[in-house]
Amino acid sequence: MKKLLSLLEKKYRWYSILTPILIVGEVIMEVIIPMIMAQIVDVGIANNDIRYVLIAGGLMVLMAMLSLGFGAGAGRTAAIAGMGFAKNVRREMFHKIQDFSYSNVDRFSTSSLITRITTDVTNAQNAFMMVIRMLVRSPIMLISASFMAFRLNRELSMIFLFAIPILAIALALIITKAYPRFQHMLKKYDKLNAKVQENLIGIRVVKAFVRGDYENEGFEEASAAVRDTQLKAERTIVLNMPIMQLVMYSCIIAVLWIGGNMIINGSMETGNLVAFISYITQILMSLMMISMAFTMLVISKASVNRIYEVINDTPDISDADADETLTVKDGSIDFDQVCFSYKGDLTSCALRNIDLHIKSGETVGIIGGTGSSKSSLVHLIPRLYEVTDGSVKVGGRDVRDYKLPALRNEIAMVLQKNVLFSGTIKDNLRWGKEDASDEEIIAACKAAQAHDFIMSFPDGYDTELGQGGVNVSGGQKQRLCIARALLKKPKIIILDDSTSAVDTATDSKIRAAFARDLADTTTIIIAQRVSSVCDADKIIVLDNGRIHAVGTHEELLKTNEIYREVYESQQKGVA
Amino acid sequence: MGPNNKASRNGGHKPKNTKQTMHRIFSYLSAYKIQLILVTILVIISAGATVAGTYMLQPIVDDYIVPFIGTHNPDLSGFIKIMLLLGSIYIIGAISSYVYNRIMVNISTGTLYNIRKDMFTHMETLPIRYFDKHTHGEIMSRYTNDTDTLRNMMSQSVPQLISSTVTVVGVFISMCILSLPLTLLVILMLLVMMAVVKKIGSKSALYFRKQQAEIGNVNGYVEELVEGQRVVKVFCHEAESKAEFDKKNEQLCYAATQANTFANILMPVMGNLSYIHYALTAVVGATIAILTTQGRMGVFGLGLGALVAFLQFTRSFSQPITQISQQVNTILNALAGAERIFALLDEEPEVDNGYVTLVNATVDKDGNIHETDHHTGTWAWKHPHGDGTLTYTLLRGAVEFENVDFGYEPNKLVLNNISLYANPGEKIAFVGSTGAGKTTITNLINRFYDVPDGKIRYDGININKIKKADLRRSLSMVLQDTHLFTGTVMDNIRYGNLHATDEEVIAAAKLANAHWFITHLPDGYNTMLSGDGSNLSQGQRQLLAIARAAVADPPVLILDEATSSIDTRTEALIEKGMDKLMEGRTVFVIAHRLSTVRNSQAIMVLEHGEIIERGSHDKLIADKGKYYQLYTGMFELS
Repeated sequence: MKKLLSLLEKKYRWYSILTPILIVGEVIMEVIIPMIMAQIVDVGIANNDIRYVLIAGGLMVLMAMLSLGFGAGAGRTAAIAGMGFAKNVRREMFHKIQDFSYSNVDRFSTSSLITRITTDVTNAQNAFMMVIRMLVRSPIMLISASFMAFRLNRELSMIFLFAIPILAIALALIITKAYPRFQHMLKKYDKLNAKVQENLIGIRVVKAFVRGDYENEGFEEASAAVRDTQLKAERTIVLNMPIMQLVMYSCIIAVLWIGGNMIINGSMETGNLVAFISYITQILMSLMMISMAFTMLVISKASVNRIYEVINDTPDISDADADETLTVKDGSIDFDQVCFSYKGDLTSCALRNIDLHIKSGETVGIIGGTGSSKSSLVHLIPRLYEVTDGSVKVGGRDVRDYKLPALRNEIAMVLQKNVLFSGTIKDNLRWGKEDASDEEIIAACKAAQAHDFIMSFPDGYDTELGQGGVNVSGGQKQRLCIARALLKKPKIIILDDSTSAVDTATDSKIRAAFARDLADTTTIIIAQRVSSVCDADKIIVLDNGRIHAVGTHEELLKTNEIYREVYESQQKGVA
Repeated sequence: MGPNNKASRNGGHKPKNTKQTMHRIFSYLSAYKIQLILVTILVIISAGATVAGTYMLQPIVDDYIVPFIGTHNPDLSGFIKIMLLLGSIYIIGAISSYVYNRIMVNISTGTLYNIRKDMFTHMETLPIRYFDKHTHGEIMSRYTNDTDTLRNMMSQSVPQLISSTVTVVGVFISMCILSLPLTLLVILMLLVMMAVVKKIGSKSALYFRKQQAEIGNVNGYVEELVEGQRVVKVFCHEAESKAEFDKKNEQLCYAATQANTFANILMPVMGNLSYIHYALTAVVGATIAILTTQGRMGVFGLGLGALVAFLQFTRSFSQPITQISQQVNTILNALAGAERIFALLDEEPEVDNGYVTLVNATVDKDGNIHETDHHTGTWAWKHPHGDGTLTYTLLRGAVEFENVDFGYEPNKLVLNNISLYANPGEKIAFVGSTGAGKTTITNLINRFYDVPDGKIRYDGININKIKKADLRRSLSMVLQDTHLFTGTVMDNIRYGNLHATDEEVIAAAKLANAHWFITHLPDGYNTMLSGDGSNLSQGQRQLLAIARAAVADPPVLILDEATSSIDTRTEALIEKGMDKLMEGRTVFVIAHRLSTVRNSQAIMVLEHGEIIERGSHDKLIADKGKYYQLYTGMFELS
C-alpha cells in the first residue's frame, strides 16, 4: 500500500492529508456536543434557566453547523483524494503495461492484466477511502471520547478499562478466524465462475455431446462448495454485532447502576449520565469501525499485491543505455549465433544457433511447420523479444545499441495475430504515419490491394471498424494491416503469415507491388504456402528452432526434403 | 475483461416490475417459510429491545434516581429490579439479533444455491440462439454481481430495513407518549431530513450513472489496448495510447469524484441535522419543562426524565432514517439484478417435441429389428405412431435436405433453397467463403437451430420428430474452435462418451494421432487441463477434439474446419487416422484448405447461402467453375 501511495500526485496528497484533518475537526465537534447536551440538561433544565438553554442550544447548533462543514468537507476531499488515487494507480499501470515488452505480457497474460487494472484498482480505491476516512476517524473518536468520558467522570470511566480490551480481543479473534474462511470461500467462487465461463465458451460442445446433465452435476458440486464455505465464513462474522451489543449493553447497565448511585449520593449530575452513555456508544462504535476497516484492508491486500506486481515489474527490454543519435543505416540484418528461449534459460531454447545474413533490399521467405519458431525468429529483429545468447544486428549495429523508437520506426511488422482498433479505417491506417496525406494512404492501400474493397464500402476510408475490426473479413483485415505497415515507409518489412486468408492471386499481386515499390526495402515473408515465398531471393527452412536449409526455391526443391514435402503436399491434385 | 465491467455497465438500472420480482424472490424463500417468520419476529424483538432500553431511561432517572437524590438510606430495591429488567431486555435483544443473523446466513446461502442451480440448469437448456445474442460477460455477471447484490439484500438490507422501520416506528410512538409538542418538532425535522436525503440521493444517483458510463468507457479502452499491446509496440504507439488513456481516465475521475462526494456527505449531513434537531428539542423541551414546573403546561407537561429520554430518542431517530435511505438504494439495485436473473430463467428453452428415440437393437435373420436394453453396437430409431403402433428403423446415417431456407433473423436468409442427400458412409464437403452458410448447414443437422417440419430428414425421419438428445448422440462434431474443460486429458476425451473405458479412450487418441503427444505430457493421460486447455497448442487441442469425436463413435460426423490449425505436414500424418475415423460414417466436412476435401464423394460450393456447384473434385475441376477458380487460387477464401 505504501508503494502505491507514492504514486499520488501532489494535489491528491494534499487532499489525502486534508481529509483526516477535517475529520479530526468533525470528531472534536461530535465529542464536545454531548458535553453541551449534558450542560443543557444539568445546568439549564435543572435550574429552569431558559436563557442558559438558549445559549447552550445556540452553541450546539453552531457546533453542529461546524461539524457539518467539516464532515461535508471531508466527504468532498476524501472523494477527490480517493478517486485521484484510483486515477493515478490506473494511469501508472496502463503506462507500465504500454511499456512492457512481449515477455512481460506473456508472463502476466492479457486477461489477468485487464482484471488487475479494473477490478483490483476498484478494490484498492475502496480500501484507500476507508483508510483516510475510517481508520483516521475511529481511533481519534476512540481517544477523544475516552478522554471526555474520563474528564466527565473518572470512576465511571474505569468501566472502559474492562470493556475496550474485551471487545477488542473478541473482534480480533473473529477477524483472524474469519479471514482464512473468506479466502477459502473466494477460491470456491473462482471455481464456480470458471465452471460457468467454461460452459459459456463451450456451449456448442456441451450441446453437441448432450452433456447438460453431466455439467449440471459438476455445477451443483461447485455451487454447493460455495454455499458451504460461505456459510462457514459468515457464521463467524455474524458474531460481531451481538458481541458488540452485549458489551455495549453491559456498559450501559453498569454506568446506569454506578452512575445512578453516584447521582443519588450527589457526586454526579443527571445530564452527565446521559452524556456518558453517548460516549459509550461512540467509543464502542469506533472500535467496531476499526475492526471493519481492518477486515476490508486485509481483503484488499490481495488486490494491492496484484497491482503492485504490475507496477513493480520492469520492462524486460530497456533502451536506457542506447545511443540517442544512432539511426538505422540500411535494411541489412545479421543473426550471429543466436539462441532464444521464452523462459530465458538455454536449456529450453525455441531457437538455437541461428546464423543468418540478409543484405539490405533482399526478399527472404521463411517456411516451417507449426512450432518451428518462425515467429520467434522475426520477433527478435525489432527487439520485441531479447536474444538469450548471441546477437542480432540491424544496419550493421546490434539492436541493443539503438533507442527503441529509432529501431522500430524503421521496421514494419505485420503480426500473425493482428489487431485493428475501433475507429475509422483511416484512423487505423494513420497508426503507420500520424500525418499521412490522403494520397499516401491511398497509395499504401493500393499496394496492399485494399483500396478497391475499401472503396466498395459506402463510407470508404471513413468506414467505422468495430472493436477488433469486426466489420471486415479476415482477408480484408490482413490487407489493411499490411497497408498500415507500408505507411511507415520502413527499411525492413516483416510479414508474419499475414496473407494466410488472402487468396493466392491477390497474394501475388501484393508481392508484385512490393517488388515494384519496395525494391530497396528488406522484405521478410513467413508463409504456410510455398507459392508465397517461391520467388524470394532466398528461402529459409526452419525446423524445430534450427535453420534446416537456406536457398532459392529451385535449390531447395532439389536438395531439401522438408521443403519438397511441404511443396508436394500443397501441389497434390492441382492440374 | 467481460464480467465485471459489463455488470457495472448494467448496474444502476431501475427495476421494471418490482412487484413481480419481489413475488418471485419470495417464492424462492418459501422453502424457509418458518425460519423467515422467526427471523421477522426476532428482528422486531431486537429492534424493540433497543427502543425499550432507551425508553426505560426515563423511568430509571425520574422514578429511581431523582427521588432519592440527597437521601441517606435510599431504598434501592426498585432500582435493582428495573436494572435487572433492563438487563434482561438487552440480553434478549442481543440474543435475538444473533439468532436472526445466523438464520439469515442459512437462508441466504441456501437460496442463492437454489437460484444459481436453477440458473445453470436452465442455461444448459437454452437454444444456441440465446448465446449468440448475449455476450459471455453479460451472462457471467448474473452469476457474480447480480447474485451478490441479491445476497447483500437478503442477508443485510432486508433485516436492517425491518429493524430500522421498527426502530423508527417504536421511537416515534415513544416520542408521542413522552411529549406531543416535541413530536411535532420531530415531524418538522423529519420532513427536512427527507428533503435533504432526496436531494442528495438524486444528485448522487445521477453522477453514479455517469460514473458507470465512464467506467465502461475506460475499461473498454483498456481491454482493446491491452489486447492490442503487441501492435502498439510494433508501431511505437505507446505515447499516443497513453495520452488517450489519460484523457478517458481524467473523465472517469471527475464523474467518480462527483458521485462519491454526494455519497460521502450524506452521513455527516444527516448526523449533524440530528444534532441541530437535538439542540432545538432541548431548547423547546427545556422551555416546556420549566413551564411544567410552573404548572402551566397541563396535559402536555414534561418531566426532567422524560426530556432526557426524549433527547436520547432524537439521537436514535436519525440513524435508522439514514439507513433506510441507503438500504432502499441497495434493495432497488438488487431487485434490478434479480430481474436480470429472472429474465434468464424466463428465456424459452430449446423446443423439443421429439418422440422418436434411439435404442439398442438386434437384427434377427429375417431382418426384423428388436429392441434390447444392452449395448449391441447396433442402434435403431424407435418410432411410435399415432395409432399406437411402433416401428423401428436402423440407424444408418442418411441425411437429406429438401429446399431448406433458413435465416438467423426472420428477414435475412442465410440459406436459400438448399437440397442435398448424403448416403450412409458418404463424405460430403462444403466449400465457400466466410458467411456463405457452411457452418449454418451443419448447425441445422444437429438442431442447434430449427427449420420447419419435413425439410430435413435423418434416416428418412423428419428430424423435428427425433428427440434432440438422441439426435445429437447419433452425431459427433469437431469444431473449428476447440473447447476443452477443466479436468484431465482422459476426462476431456471421455466427454464424447462417458461410458468409455480407459482402453477405449486411448484407442481413440491413437486413432487421432494424439496418443504420442499425450504420453509426452507431464502426467500423460492424467495431465490436468485448465483454462480451456491453455497449456496445449492449438494443433494439440484439435487432436484432442478429434479423439473426443472418435470415442463417441457415432454414425454421422461433422468436421467444421477441424484441421485448420494443423500445418500441412502434421495434417498429412493424421490423415490416416482421420481416414480411419471417417470410415463407414457419413461425414460432413467444412474446410478452408481444399486439399482436405478432395477425396469427398460430393463437394458443394456455397455462395450467399446457395449451392452454386456440386459434384466430385474431378468433375468440378473439369467444369472450370467457381471451385476451379478457388482451387487454383484465383479467389479469396476468408
